Amino acid sequence: MRNYKFLLVAFLSLGLFMGCSNDDDNPEPVNQEEVVTTIRVTLTPAVGGTPIIFEKQDLDGDGPDEPVTTVSGDLMASTIYTGSILLLNETVNPPEVVSEEVQEEDEDHQFFFTFSEESGSVVTYADADGNDNPIGLAFVLTTAQAGSETLTVVLKHEPNKSAAGVSEGDITNAGGETDVEATFNFEVVN
Amino acid sequence: MKYILVCIALSFVGIGNAQDCAYTFKGQLTDFHDGTPIAGAAIYLKERDSYTTSDIDGKFTLENLCKGPLTLVISHIACDTKTNTYAITGNRTETIYMEHHIEELKEVSVTGRTASKETTTAQETLLKAETIDKYSALNLGDALKEVAGVSSINTGSTIVKPMINGLHSSRLLILNNNVRLQDQEWGIEHAPNVDINSAAQISVIKGSGALAYGGDAIGGVVVINPSRIILIDSLYGKVTTGAQTNGRGYNIATTVNKSFASGWFGSVTGSYKQNGDFEAPDYQLTNTGVKSTNFSLRTGKKTFESGFEAYYSYVDNEIGILRASHIGNIQDLVDAINTQQPLIIRDFSYAINAPKQEVTHQLAKASYYKRFKNFGKLSLQYDYQNNQRYEYDIRVGDDRDKAALDLTLQTHSARADVVVDAKYGLKVNFGILGNYQNNFANPDTGVRRLIPDYDKYDFGSYLTSEYKLNKNWTLDAGLRYDFNRIDAKKFYETSRWEERGYDADFSQFVIDDLGTQLLTNPIFDYHNLSASAGAKYRINEKSYVLGNYSLSNRPPNPSELFSDGLHHSAARIELGDIRLKPETSNRVAGSYHYTDSKFDLNVEAFYNHIDGFMYLQPTGVQQTIRGAFPVWEYQKTTANLYGIDLTAQYAFNEQWRIKDKSAYIKGTDEDNNRDLIDMPAFNTVNELIYSKPDWHNFSASLQSEWVFEQKAFPNNNFEVFIAATNENLLVDISTPPPAYHLLHFYTDLDFKVSKNTNLNLAVSVNNILSTNYRAYLNRLRYFADDLGRNVALQLQLNF
Repeated sequence: MRNYKFLLVAFLSLGLFMGCSNDDDNPEPVNQEEVVTTIRVTLTPAVGGTPIIFEKQDLDGDGPDEPVTTVSGDLMASTIYTGSILLLNETVNPPEVVSEEVQEEDEDHQFFFTFSEESGSVVTYADADGNDNPIGLAFVLTTAQAGSETLTVVLKHEPNKSAAGVSEGDITNAGGETDVEATFNFEVVN
Repeated sequence: MKYILVCIALSFVGIGNAQDCAYTFKGQLTDFHDGTPIAGAAIYLKERDSYTTSDIDGKFTLENLCKGPLTLVISHIACDTKTNTYAITGNRTETIYMEHHIEELKEVSVTGRTASKETTTAQETLLKAETIDKYSALNLGDALKEVAGVSSINTGSTIVKPMINGLHSSRLLILNNNVRLQDQEWGIEHAPNVDINSAAQISVIKGSGALAYGGDAIGGVVVINPSRIILIDSLYGKVTTGAQTNGRGYNIATTVNKSFASGWFGSVTGSYKQNGDFEAPDYQLTNTGVKSTNFSLRTGKKTFESGFEAYYSYVDNEIGILRASHIGNIQDLVDAINTQQPLIIRDFSYAINAPKQEVTHQLAKASYYKRFKNFGKLSLQYDYQNNQRYEYDIRVGDDRDKAALDLTLQTHSARADVVVDAKYGLKVNFGILGNYQNNFANPDTGVRRLIPDYDKYDFGSYLTSEYKLNKNWTLDAGLRYDFNRIDAKKFYETSRWEERGYDADFSQFVIDDLGTQLLTNPIFDYHNLSASAGAKYRINEKSYVLGNYSLSNRPPNPSELFSDGLHHSAARIELGDIRLKPETSNRVAGSYHYTDSKFDLNVEAFYNHIDGFMYLQPTGVQQTIRGAFPVWEYQKTTANLYGIDLTAQYAFNEQWRIKDKSAYIKGTDEDNNRDLIDMPAFNTVNELIYSKPDWHNFSASLQSEWVFEQKAFPNNNFEVFIAATNENLLVDISTPPPAYHLLHFYTDLDFKVSKNTNLNLAVSVNNILSTNYRAYLNRLRYFADDLGRNVALQLQLNF
């Protein structure tokens, strides 16, 4: 009989143990860092005039909302444009300028510019990192004849800049991770 | 002169005592457990150097005893020898309780290596110390593959998750020294935090028959036990050290045990291992180094009637993940698949850089047991586990060295267990247990939480029984009830919350609206019932059959409920579903076992029907600023798994024998009428062994490992628009790699160093031909080949 009493006490004390308290502290929200919500490509005609803005914006990051791509206007045929890229994290207020980080770690980053086959436009890099390899935050875009064109801008993190063709802007051997990828459809008009 | 004096003095003593030598001692030997008499025990009377035996009623009588001490040494087959001393001052009658149960020998073992199974009618395989020792430099998951039907799902070669009959992660339950491992086991890239060097015996139980351990082990249970305590004054242990060519690895492990006849014991195990980048046959696997530091302490007192134990273990692993497997978007994955070798190959290094994981697992346990006469045994246990997991990603700027994932999982657990074995042939086991678990996801990572903060409460109770009907039949049955509550605090992106339709169904969970994010407090309760029943029939001396049925239920884990984010090495967005309900498994299994002096055979077949089987399934493509990602959602289906596992051994003569281990499994997704993903392909391992005990216990074996191509797989390939080339591309993530065949060699020798010390020298060569291959169940198969040749040397000193 004593045995059973002992067991009863043991089981009851176990029951007491399980009455755990629950603290009601709420967790802190995480402000996602290193998020790029916006890529803004500004193309300013070398001879002056209204800049054309290509923008891709995805305010919910990896969330389900589709990114919104806008092109502010047409490009002129046979024209030289001075190009620059701004990357923003607009999930925080004021927005964080992510392209500054890219500039700071220029050797680990490179933008690649790829046109659709029928395009006549070309891009040349206008900046360089410490090893004299391009970055692409600044570039020159030159258009040719009129027509519909597509430009894809890709930012690679830790690409292999010394691989064949990479410093000339060929993405094929770049490797690395894609941080940003944006495709813009635009018209080149006379 | 002195000698003569002593003789005279002694003779006087003799004469003096002779006058009182008229006493009688009546003894009764009784089984401690069920009170039955113990007949035929040998009773040695030390003072008279004479023997007697107990009669059919367990009784014996010693007459003409002198006044003074009386020392009886009682021995009986299947009992521990017992020494009792009595003071004789008159006639005396004593009942002496003997520990007479073969079953209990495993608890108070005198050999220390007696292996005993955890279950009776389940499909259980034991791995003994000799086998485990071979894996000193490897992982638990590698050692378990010794069992037919056990495979693994890997991330590279160092993160090895065991898989039993096609099931893994939350569907397996791992017990380390009777503590259920709680270490974020749901993730495929989370290997069990166990130091293989602390294990002396591992039981692999297929299916959920072992209900005392849990009701949710739909795949199976792995029970890891440390070495048994020897109840003699002794100091023993081992030192193992090794080196490997592939990865330029080295390892050292030592275990020292000290025990006393009084029952006190203590043991210490420590191990360290390191390797640098591994090599595939054609290139370095950059950033695949590992550093592992482990130790454990164990002390307590163990006697037959009662005992206690305190245990602490520390496991720390820093594991590099193949650099080339970290990718940014689906384009990168396509590039990786199309390139025949990894995109990043650097020179050999021991350095472990991001991506990497650093996991520290601490376990502390205190347990106590007491046996009651004519009743059984009560055990009480409390344990605490702390799992700290950091995962480092490739990051930029100030965040470069900051962990991207920082989770602290703490688990408190208490249990009481009673084994009633007073009636011979019947064993009843019941118990209750409670768990409290807290997960804390550190927000300082600057990355949205993959797994939210939560509190989890579990309560379970079980009753199992085992009945030996006669000498041929053993039956068992069990029932278990579990209650689980998960109380989470999770931030959802408002857009995600609405896209999932949670705003319509679960608006009551929202406790705060931060604009783009919602703080929610989902609370879910689950009630689960599990049951098992089985029978074992001994056909004759050489063979038996067993069969069992088990019902088990597993509630969704935090990952299945709450996953919400981008998985980098898979380049996919994984989404949990808070609508998921527990999955239910009905499993029937049967085994046939035959053994004689030349031939061993073990055939195990099973059928597992799982309703509400939770798995990840691609459902679409999502565009982000990084490009396109496929979305994989946790969904449920009805799954059927069936298979057959075979182990056979045939000895041609004293020296030569062959061994075979093969497993076939098929899994189907009934709702979608297709095959289940991640099922191991048919594989067969055949071994030719030569052994010659006369030559320092020499043995050598040549092993052939043949893994077929998995032809049964679901087609999850998808088309994606590749912006850079302006075309649609088919991404083949489904097709399993081709079949492969590998050859391995192993040899070892024993040298006697002194009476109690021996040295074992082992040399092994894995993948002798340095064959290029990729395994279907290795998640890094898209990025690189598996390991090339590895030559390993291991020295083990047993003392």
